[in-house]
Amino acid sequence: MRRRTFLTLGVAGAAALAAAGWFATRRHQPLPVGRALDADATAIVGAIAPAMLDGALPTRAEDRAAALREVVAGVDRAVGGLPDAARHEIGQLFALLALAPARRAFAGVASPWSEASLEEVTAFLDRWQASAWALKRSAYDALHQLVIAAWYGNPRSWPAIGYPGPPRVEGNA
Amino acid sequence: MNAPVLARVRDPVREGVASGWKVIDASKPGEDLALECDVAIVGTGAGGGMVAEALAQAGISVVMIEEGGLRTSSDFTLREADAYPDLYQESAARKTADKSINILQGRCVGGGTTVNWTSSFRTPAATLDHWVRTYGLSTFTAGALAPWFDTVEKRLSITPWEVAPNPNNDALARGAARLRIPAATIRRNVRGCADLGYCGVGCVLNAKQSMLVTTIPEALGRGATLVTRARAERLVMRGDAVVALEGRGMDASGASPGSRAFTVRARSFVSAAGAIGTPGLLLRSGVPDPQGLVGRRTFVHPTLVSAAIMPDRIDGFAGAPQTVFTDHYLDTLPPSGPIGFKLEAAPIHPILASITLPGHGATHAAFMREFAHLHVLVALLRDGFHPGSTGGTVRLREDGTPLLDYPFSPYVWDGARRAFRAMADLQFAAGAKRVMPIHGRGEAYDDSVQARRAIDAFSLAPLVTPVVSAHVMGGCAIGPDPRRACVTPEGRYHHLSNLHVADGSLFPTSVGSNPQLTIYAVAARIGARLAAQLAPRKASG
Repeated sequence: MRRRTFLTLGVAGAAALAAAGWFATRRHQPLPVGRALDADATAIVGAIAPAMLDGALPTRAEDRAAALREVVAGVDRAVGGLPDAARHEIGQLFALLALAPARRAFAGVASPWSEASLEEVTAFLDRWQASAWALKRSAYDALHQLVIAAWYGNPRSWPAIGYPGPPRVEGNA
Repeated sequence: MNAPVLARVRDPVREGVASGWKVIDASKPGEDLALECDVAIVGTGAGGGMVAEALAQAGISVVMIEEGGLRTSSDFTLREADAYPDLYQESAARKTADKSINILQGRCVGGGTTVNWTSSFRTPAATLDHWVRTYGLSTFTAGALAPWFDTVEKRLSITPWEVAPNPNNDALARGAARLRIPAATIRRNVRGCADLGYCGVGCVLNAKQSMLVTTIPEALGRGATLVTRARAERLVMRGDAVVALEGRGMDASGASPGSRAFTVRARSFVSAAGAIGTPGLLLRSGVPDPQGLVGRRTFVHPTLVSAAIMPDRIDGFAGAPQTVFTDHYLDTLPPSGPIGFKLEAAPIHPILASITLPGHGATHAAFMREFAHLHVLVALLRDGFHPGSTGGTVRLREDGTPLLDYPFSPYVWDGARRAFRAMADLQFAAGAKRVMPIHGRGEAYDDSVQARRAIDAFSLAPLVTPVVSAHVMGGCAIGPDPRRACVTPEGRYHHLSNLHVADGSLFPTSVGSNPQLTIYAVAARIGARLAAQLAPRKASG
């Protein structure tokens, strides 16, 4: 019950803040907003992906930027394809993380997501992965699964891991 | 290494649809559907497929209701990113209530059989003995089931796999041989298999003898109706009989119900929606359940994973995914003793491997760079045979969708620890350079002694130790005693005159091996009995 109340408060709080127009200023160009992820969730995924995939993403700036865009788009597609109950829970997680006080207190990330450093986000992932609280570990797992699947499902990731891709079937694209 | 290029094969399912099979996509806009038939079947997987064929061959009119879409060999791209959302429950990310188990279940025409890895085992003797002795299932002896196994094995071309195992399975065989434990070859339901290794994303060659290319085409060819992208919501009852099945077509995304309603009126109903779907449908319908048994004792073969880096390329994505197994850790323990486990290799594709490897950043990336050298074993724990393993419970969310709550007991965790040890020992015996039991932050070890010391100290817990399942069973158990079981040994729901169950939810425990062949045989027997029961009435009435 505690978890539901907490997450519901998070959603309500996020809505109130959004209504007040209290958005974090963004240092970078915002990523395009998808269908399932709103602007806040997009910024969060955009901040988490470079840490989750550190060492796996391309190093060349423009390749990296394109890869990141595709990861965020992949997460958006994945969330959009989940059943209502799962999509709702993911939505609550992003709403909570988007709330500045919750981001600081709950996630331990001082900077707004779009300004958070790689080290800051990596430390957040480390903490949540090893948290004594199962809710944080399950949230970590959700972010892990979404972001990592979005990258390794993308053919752009395959050369670096020695995967030749699936057999091609004549007549298919 | 380049990916092979394949010639497109004939697509008999698409041809059948073009020839006039009755297939309705309920997610398409249209008037509400009102259908009538002799038997309505919910689900088109191993259970529903076998029953549909038996009934259609007896001249009984059938309507099949399937929540997933009709995807055929022409649609399969062999890409995980396409297949998981399209062919699996909840995009292959279905979770138990506390999110500690990731469940792989099919959701498409053919159900799990369209996406499974083709492993075909007759029900283990120890399991049948336990069912006969503990649950009074006197018709579940090996002898009584043998004719049904013979029939379905012939129907689905289940034969020993004669091709050499791929390196991932060969490592299992090699490790077992060095440890002097017996390993054997897995039989597979394939015909004309090219050893590609992409069974889990839909067979592009129609070689896998799934329900999609066998029983369902047979039923459709005999006039059955298939309604796809349709969620069965509730059975409508009058007295002790079900009179109708109601539901809704899915929305365009296929993930949530849309607005188009359907009703199927029938003389008989068969729930074959799998061991989460069937209890879900029965609970939503409020079927009589005086003992509160529906959804109870649901089992998953809790599955632990161990990854190894081998000196040579393994290319675990190529070649038949599961061809070697060992039951040493089942056969050396009585079912009533400590929990035993079956060891198998698991196919290694980029998404499946990357989401299974724990951690993030440099640690994760380093392991992924060894992707082509990865060898992966899985241990399937035999749950449900001991008081320390009572399984989980399927209940309903507020929106009516089913959710499996599966708590872990110390008895089950003890099995997980022994499974990690056994897998690490076997992988080092096979020549592994490093072994990473999938646990915690994913530490890897250089030798057997180091691995064992670490595994002995593992703090095993939900969401610390990733657990997966591809086999959900039980929750609607078969048995002669209505105080202890939901369904008669003949497959009829104890408290209703015309509702049958024919899927993995029937099993009173887990099976202790990959369950598809057990489901086929049991469902074929239920289907034949139902056909015999309904056909004469049809002729006279």
